[in-house]
Amino acid sequence: MKPRVSLFVTCVVDQVFPRVGLAMADVLERLGYRVEFPEAQTCCGQPAFNSGYRHEARQVARHFLDVFESSDYVIVPSGSCTAMIAHHYSEIFRKEPRELERAHAMEPKVWEFSSFLLEVARADDVGARLDEVVTYHDSCHALRELNIKAGPRRLLRNVRGLELREMDTAEECCGFGGTFSVKFAEVSGGMARTKIDSIARTGASAVVSIDSSCLMQLQGALSRAGLPVRTMHLAEVLASR
Amino acid sequence: MSRDHILHKIRTALGRSAGDPPPAPPEVRLRVLEASMEERIDRFCASLEALAGKTCRAASLEAAAEYVACLTGGRPAIASNAPFLRECGITAIPGVCSGIRDREELRGLCAVAGFGITSADYALADTGTLAMMASGSEARLISLLPPVHIAILPRERLLTNLDELLTLVPLPVEERSSMVLITGPSRTADIEQILVRGVHGPGEIHVVVV
Amino acid sequence: MSAAFDEKIRQTLGDANLQLAIYTATGRLIEKRRKAVNADALPDYQELRTQANAIKKHTIENLDHYLERLEYNVAAHGGKVIWCREANEVADFVLGLAKERGLRLIVKSKSMTTEEIDLNERLEHHNLESVETDLGEYILQLAHERPYHIVAPALHKTRYDVAEIFSNRLGVENEVVIENQTRIARRVLREKFLAADIGISGANFLIADSGAVVLVENEGNARLTTSAPKIHIAVAGLEKLIPRAQDLAVFLKLLGRSATGQALTVYTSFLSGPRRGEEIDGPDEFYLVLLDNGRTKLLGDAEKRESLFCIRCGACLNHCPVYRKIGGHSFPWVYSGPIGAIITPQFMGVHHEPALPFASSLCGACAEVCPVKIDIPKVLLELRADITKANARNGQARLERLAFRVWSWVMRHPRLYEFLGMAAASVAPEASPSGAHPGWLRTLPALMNAPPLRAWLSQRDLPAPPSQSFRQAWRARARRPAGGAE
Repeated sequence: MKPRVSLFVTCVVDQVFPRVGLAMADVLERLGYRVEFPEAQTCCGQPAFNSGYRHEARQVARHFLDVFESSDYVIVPSGSCTAMIAHHYSEIFRKEPRELERAHAMEPKVWEFSSFLLEVARADDVGARLDEVVTYHDSCHALRELNIKAGPRRLLRNVRGLELREMDTAEECCGFGGTFSVKFAEVSGGMARTKIDSIARTGASAVVSIDSSCLMQLQGALSRAGLPVRTMHLAEVLASR
Repeated sequence: MSRDHILHKIRTALGRSAGDPPPAPPEVRLRVLEASMEERIDRFCASLEALAGKTCRAASLEAAAEYVACLTGGRPAIASNAPFLRECGITAIPGVCSGIRDREELRGLCAVAGFGITSADYALADTGTLAMMASGSEARLISLLPPVHIAILPRERLLTNLDELLTLVPLPVEERSSMVLITGPSRTADIEQILVRGVHGPGEIHVVVV
Repeated sequence: MSAAFDEKIRQTLGDANLQLAIYTATGRLIEKRRKAVNADALPDYQELRTQANAIKKHTIENLDHYLERLEYNVAAHGGKVIWCREANEVADFVLGLAKERGLRLIVKSKSMTTEEIDLNERLEHHNLESVETDLGEYILQLAHERPYHIVAPALHKTRYDVAEIFSNRLGVENEVVIENQTRIARRVLREKFLAADIGISGANFLIADSGAVVLVENEGNARLTTSAPKIHIAVAGLEKLIPRAQDLAVFLKLLGRSATGQALTVYTSFLSGPRRGEEIDGPDEFYLVLLDNGRTKLLGDAEKRESLFCIRCGACLNHCPVYRKIGGHSFPWVYSGPIGAIITPQFMGVHHEPALPFASSLCGACAEVCPVKIDIPKVLLELRADITKANARNGQARLERLAFRVWSWVMRHPRLYEFLGMAAASVAPEASPSGAHPGWLRTLPALMNAPPLRAWLSQRDLPAPPSQSFRQAWRARARRPAGGAE
């Protein structure tokens, strides 16, 4: 019997893209895991941290630790939230030894979704099927903080009927950056438009990523530009049959 | 005094006191690769030619002089006082001025010469580089002012790379005021990223390996 | 952000030609670097970066010791170290020297440190002629502009711009061929080199064990600047120091490749002072001006001290998606790009341009390419925390602070969080018919159009809240018989 895993769906998925969380649960259950959703979860604290409000970030981080402390595996459909918990919690708690210890204890338990599949579940083929041409966007935190690059592509390549075409700016930032997207809206919009031009050139009908905030930025731009390309989270692709 | 003030601020910022010995600096691993003379010459020529430099392998001192004479065609050239140039007979080529020791005279000649002829202290095969140290035998401006630089290099001075140079010469400017590493002809891409050669330094460089 | 910052960004974004120039130039530099540091070209690239970081860290943490070594060795070789706390001390020194000897003409090679202290302006104010000799810097000097990029200063200028500048300032006929433009500059500057009384250079590195200055260039103007005039003055920030000449085996492998994709630049000069013994040419006098100008302040902050490791390669600028959109002149100080974003607030104070550390999506491309492994995003985050603390002290940004306090409170009360989520979903409009993707909104009714939402919508469509949040759907799913998939 496979272990229990807890989902930390992230506030963006919870409130804006719930199907991503559901897809993630489906895939995990198919692999034999018992999936739990601790209801008291809210946010990892990243928005406050990124805006310089470390006190508020610590408060929310403590709540996260309270909620997930007893879990063995915390699965997250987001590279940036995973990096926040696994890397930056120790930064924000550097002056608080007790919380620092709790943060360190949490680090090995937190898994970005695709990494969990490949490294813990040891499943690079989940039996998915999707007849579509897609391209993949490397979200910055996943790529640079968690070294996630080849993994999602391997998972995608095992999806029956799927063709993966690389865009020429796969590793360039989509321009979201949290509050950057509204504080520097024009620059953020410009960065998004550079990405969607690149996406359009691939001829793909969908762009896939492991971060929903990137997908929100990209689809917002695709929609505004009237391009017939949709976004899909990796979990949604893997849940397709 | 600014000096004491600055040092004091630094020490306060770092929590150090005057005279505090620092821990040992991180070790630098200099890697000297094994390569035969032939390999080095091949590599040097390939590297320099890839940068639009020109190379010539001279089988003898006379062959070296011939190459140079061909290039200069009797036109005004200024040669350094490197003994090797005299050995090769380059100082005897018509149009070549050498033996200058006066700074003003040298500068005047360099400003009008079409060719600057030097030897070199070392060369680096990996990058097609010449290493030239200032001395009574090698003035700085000869390899800098004239539009064409010709360097005559005895093959034994050809090293594999910068690591080897720094291993042989850990303090390159202890005895001399200047060492310059010359890697190809002068260039710029400052306007629209378009490459132009010979901006201030020589636009053409020839190295004769003897 | 300040109106000036906003306006400069807007102008740059709106200039299509400039956008293309920036994008193309940085794109070329990105590609050149990539070829020069890939596994075939430089197999130990990552190891070299780690070494470079370690050497810089060691040096900076023991800076006083190495400065004293440097000074000792400079003096031993016949040179003199001039210590300057502030910018004006540098100009005062040069002016004093020039006046004392009746000297007028100065040639300069490229030095961001001298830009930092507006040296040319100060010298010209006192009737000295100080001529930039790097081609890009020379063009900008004629145009009275600041550098656009640390390594490629005239990146934003086309040949037609240069033709106009040369026409107006040099009286030459409208010359648009780049090679000819270069010849013109060469001719003009050659005269200056040979007539100049003083040559002022910067320094890429200062070597403590050799008392030497290292200059890295492609044109030859730094060599001429430091070899033709009788006096050489090198101006360098304190942080340029490295302990040993041998350390250059690490740094020289990284600098050229990271900056322009070159294994070595055309000229790398090691200069340790006035000409010696039998040397025929070279300067008679050498002065090394060491500049503080705030560097000691940065030293004091252990979390941000790594900002001083920078070797000015420009790679972070080239790879920064924000720099590639807003360009060098949008930045409030001479240093632009990610490095500029972290050192400007530290030198000038966070209030100089409080929005600057926020002008980043924290993508980390800069840190990935930094040859000395400065964790730029980390320093940006530290600066953001500094700014919010300063705002709290000064009573600025009250609304934002309140918003985050409320946000934090909500996020610690899950039922309230859920309730607010449902409330937002219930008042949000259904997806509009306006050509947006299904489920996406192009506009919001005026009452809902709070500034952040308005800013978002100015650039892209907004997702309409789903009919159920995840947690609601999860509860529904749990009630279904086992095995029921979506």
